[in-house]
Amino acid sequence: MCAVGASASGGKFGVVVFPGSNCDQDCFHVIKDVLKQEVEYVWHKTTSVDGFDCLIIPGGFSYGDYLRCGAIARFSLIMESVIKFANNGGLVIGICNGFQVLLEAGLLPGAMMRNTNLHFICKYVDLKVDSTNTPFSSEYKKGQVIRIPIAHNEGNYYIDEKGLAELKKNDQIVFRYVENPNGAIDDIAGIVNKNRNVLGIMPHPERSSEEDIGSDDGLVIFRSIKEWLDDR
Amino acid sequence: MFEAQIKVTLKKTVADPQGLTIKHVLESFGFSDIDNVRMGKFITVTLKAKDPAAAKDEVAKMCGKLLANPIIEDYTVEIKCAP
Repeated sequence: MCAVGASASGGKFGVVVFPGSNCDQDCFHVIKDVLKQEVEYVWHKTTSVDGFDCLIIPGGFSYGDYLRCGAIARFSLIMESVIKFANNGGLVIGICNGFQVLLEAGLLPGAMMRNTNLHFICKYVDLKVDSTNTPFSSEYKKGQVIRIPIAHNEGNYYIDEKGLAELKKNDQIVFRYVENPNGAIDDIAGIVNKNRNVLGIMPHPERSSEEDIGSDDGLVIFRSIKEWLDDR
Repeated sequence: MFEAQIKVTLKKTVADPQGLTIKHVLESFGFSDIDNVRMGKFITVTLKAKDPAAAKDEVAKMCGKLLANPIIEDYTVEIKCAP
């Protein structure tokens, strides 16, 4: 049962916007119009994330991908609050460039490299759900194959052997590519941190949240988050 | 004034798809004796410091914080007098 004053249903989402983010409006639309939850944009110069239950770091080309993808955005004013929010157990989901930002910020282990074929790859891929034991994937079935598009140049996830063993041991690999498009180690498409409250995913669930545009397999991620927030 | 010349390269243990592709293209031109090609970044920072050692320390901090990603990259710093 809910405590007095606690939100009875879902929660409030924030979509962080950096210069060069370009999937922010898609995320905002899905949360507001499809998931029917409260959502606000959070400009990168903001210093507070008070009142939010889940923060989305969207895809795009923050700071033009200069130096390394996500390397500059990681030092935006907002990121200090995002890191604190995550360390206090707040839900954070980084999609594509957002995943790269979370890696650079050290909220997730590993790093992203150029795709092995050096192409920007933009297409639907099949993913296998490897862990449903996260706030982001609880509404999937373990082993389920889902169809979500990728659109990236640096999605070749790298982590050293020791780190990979840790990920496996802790059930942190959430999504794997059925056919590896980019060279990512162990076919990794999405991982959570050890505390399971931060997800990084290269494919774009916000682009596959309505059947009218090809697939709504991605919506399940946002539905899982809503369920998790409902059950708090 | 000093000029720091910073080379950022992928660690030897990390595969370098760009280097490999460049190697293949060079081989297609007939350069058949290539053993390996690796690609990296070259960054210059001109800065004030009391001596070359102090400049090098300062630039090493910059590399650790921003210019290189220690998970996949190594860096070297060479300090010269700024032209």
